[in-house]
Amino acid sequence: MIDNIDLSLVNWSRAQFALTAIYHWLFVPLTLGLSFIIAFMETIYFKTGNEEWKRMTRFWMTLFGINFAIGVATGIILEFEFGTNWSNYSWFVGDIFGAPLAVEGILAFFLESTFVAVMFFGWEKVSRKFHLISTWLVAVGASLSALWILVANSWMENPVGMIFNPETARNEMISFWAVLFNDVAVDKFLHTISSGFLLASVFVLSISSWYLIKRREEILAKRSILIAGVFGLLSSLLLAYTGDTSARTIARVQPVKFAAFEALYTGGENAGLVAVGLLKDSDKTIGGKTVKDFSFRIEIPGFLSVMTGGSRDVFVPGLNDLIMGNSDKGLLSVTEKMERGKYARQVLTDYKNARAANEVEKVETIREMFRDEGFRENYFRYFGYAFLKTPGEAIPSVPVAFYSFHLMVLLGFFFILLFSVALWLLFRGTLSKSRWYLWIALFSLPLPYIASELGWVLTEMGRQPWIIQDLMPVSAAVSQIGTGSVITTFILFTVLFTLLLVAEVSIMVRQIKSGPKH
Amino acid sequence: MKSQPSIFIRVFRFYYDGFRSMSWWGKKVWIIILIKLFIMFAILKLFFFPDLLRKNYDTDKQRSEYVLDQLINSK
Repeated sequence: MIDNIDLSLVNWSRAQFALTAIYHWLFVPLTLGLSFIIAFMETIYFKTGNEEWKRMTRFWMTLFGINFAIGVATGIILEFEFGTNWSNYSWFVGDIFGAPLAVEGILAFFLESTFVAVMFFGWEKVSRKFHLISTWLVAVGASLSALWILVANSWMENPVGMIFNPETARNEMISFWAVLFNDVAVDKFLHTISSGFLLASVFVLSISSWYLIKRREEILAKRSILIAGVFGLLSSLLLAYTGDTSARTIARVQPVKFAAFEALYTGGENAGLVAVGLLKDSDKTIGGKTVKDFSFRIEIPGFLSVMTGGSRDVFVPGLNDLIMGNSDKGLLSVTEKMERGKYARQVLTDYKNARAANEVEKVETIREMFRDEGFRENYFRYFGYAFLKTPGEAIPSVPVAFYSFHLMVLLGFFFILLFSVALWLLFRGTLSKSRWYLWIALFSLPLPYIASELGWVLTEMGRQPWIIQDLMPVSAAVSQIGTGSVITTFILFTVLFTLLLVAEVSIMVRQIKSGPKH
Repeated sequence: MKSQPSIFIRVFRFYYDGFRSMSWWGKKVWIIILIKLFIMFAILKLFFFPDLLRKNYDTDKQRSEYVLDQLINSK
């Protein structure tokens, strides 16, 4: 049973999933963003008929093709893991995951697969207009496929639009639109695709800077930097805006995650935003869990209250308020939520017993309870808390959330500066001579990858201990299989994905070195 | 006047010509794709990643029972 489950199994299963998701995400954002950059370039070619733009389009399309081909289907492994390592979870989420993933599969197949072929094989075989439309459809199709994955992931952050069916032990979707337009999903989609746009812009900027350092392909490099600079600057501003709206949503929907990434222990009005800080070991405990405290911090007074509620008077709850409860602010303690979760689980147990005893009336009464909004909102929504042993277990790792958030935001501001300087130098006509900048741009290439992965670390680690917020902890979601087999596949994946990455980088480097075809 | 071949033949030729005239990197990534798919579906999926509930239980009812037990039998 779940309480006897080996903790190392849970941790290895999490590590395995994290590894595959992190590797998968190395390929995806470049596909999302580069497809649009190519579409912009081809549109200019279509409008002007200038062959240099066609040459540029084909060059970046080659790099897009390498990334697309190596990365394609790496996400399927995550689906394998759902069925094997997370079978309880897969069953419990029911069609909530199935429906968006099915739409994603159809879109990915028809839009991407079909039109990618036209993009690569169709230059001399279809009309220029049809080719351009295909390129745009690939770009839009890639973002649309990402939408459905992100909708499914957002449901894990904010489970809405469903009813739990005790008969099947599954959640059943009652409103597709509630799932699709879930507040978290809207923010997450915009934030994630703009991070892909930004990453691809830095990619184009870095490689073009390398050409300028080598004094090769100057026209291609400068024009590419112009496109990447404008697209990258707009994307980084959109990223900052959607990051802000995401933070507001998280503060409302996942206040514990929000307090963790700000390392806010004691809430209050006029709460300050920590701009920079270092955490150290401390004697401080919340709900039986020892937490780290600041050794130093630079804080912007009142800004957290303003950011979350638009005014300094807005109360922002800290981890103490959220874990121990704050009756003045109407915040339930985790102990109370654990009681409510246990009650919901007892009702489920009664259901199972009544069904076994063939007590038809009781079975129907309990089924009705699960459909009742009062029961769902006051008890079943805390179902996952029944699995916790102490209130402190509801706190995610504060250092992981805090550092990943702050480093990601810091990098976000760096990218705004990076693109602004690129455009400024380009318009002044001094870009080629500003070698200091070209070297910075070249070595910035890994940074958007780091920022993007940190975003996912924050999303997933900040939600802990939950796999589905408040409904199911990861320990209840994991399949009871041998830890040894999980370790074996973890090693297999490490080898497989590393080989794929090495293959991608080596083919790409060779292609970049040989440059575009004349 | 010569009639145009059917849409299926034109689509087939489109892909056929495309693959035949593929550049070195195109051929290389196709080899990688095929090896990758083989490893994923013929090795990983087959030997390491069975759908556990499908493998262990024959009907959805049995699967539901199992998951229900998992959900309620924790202390």
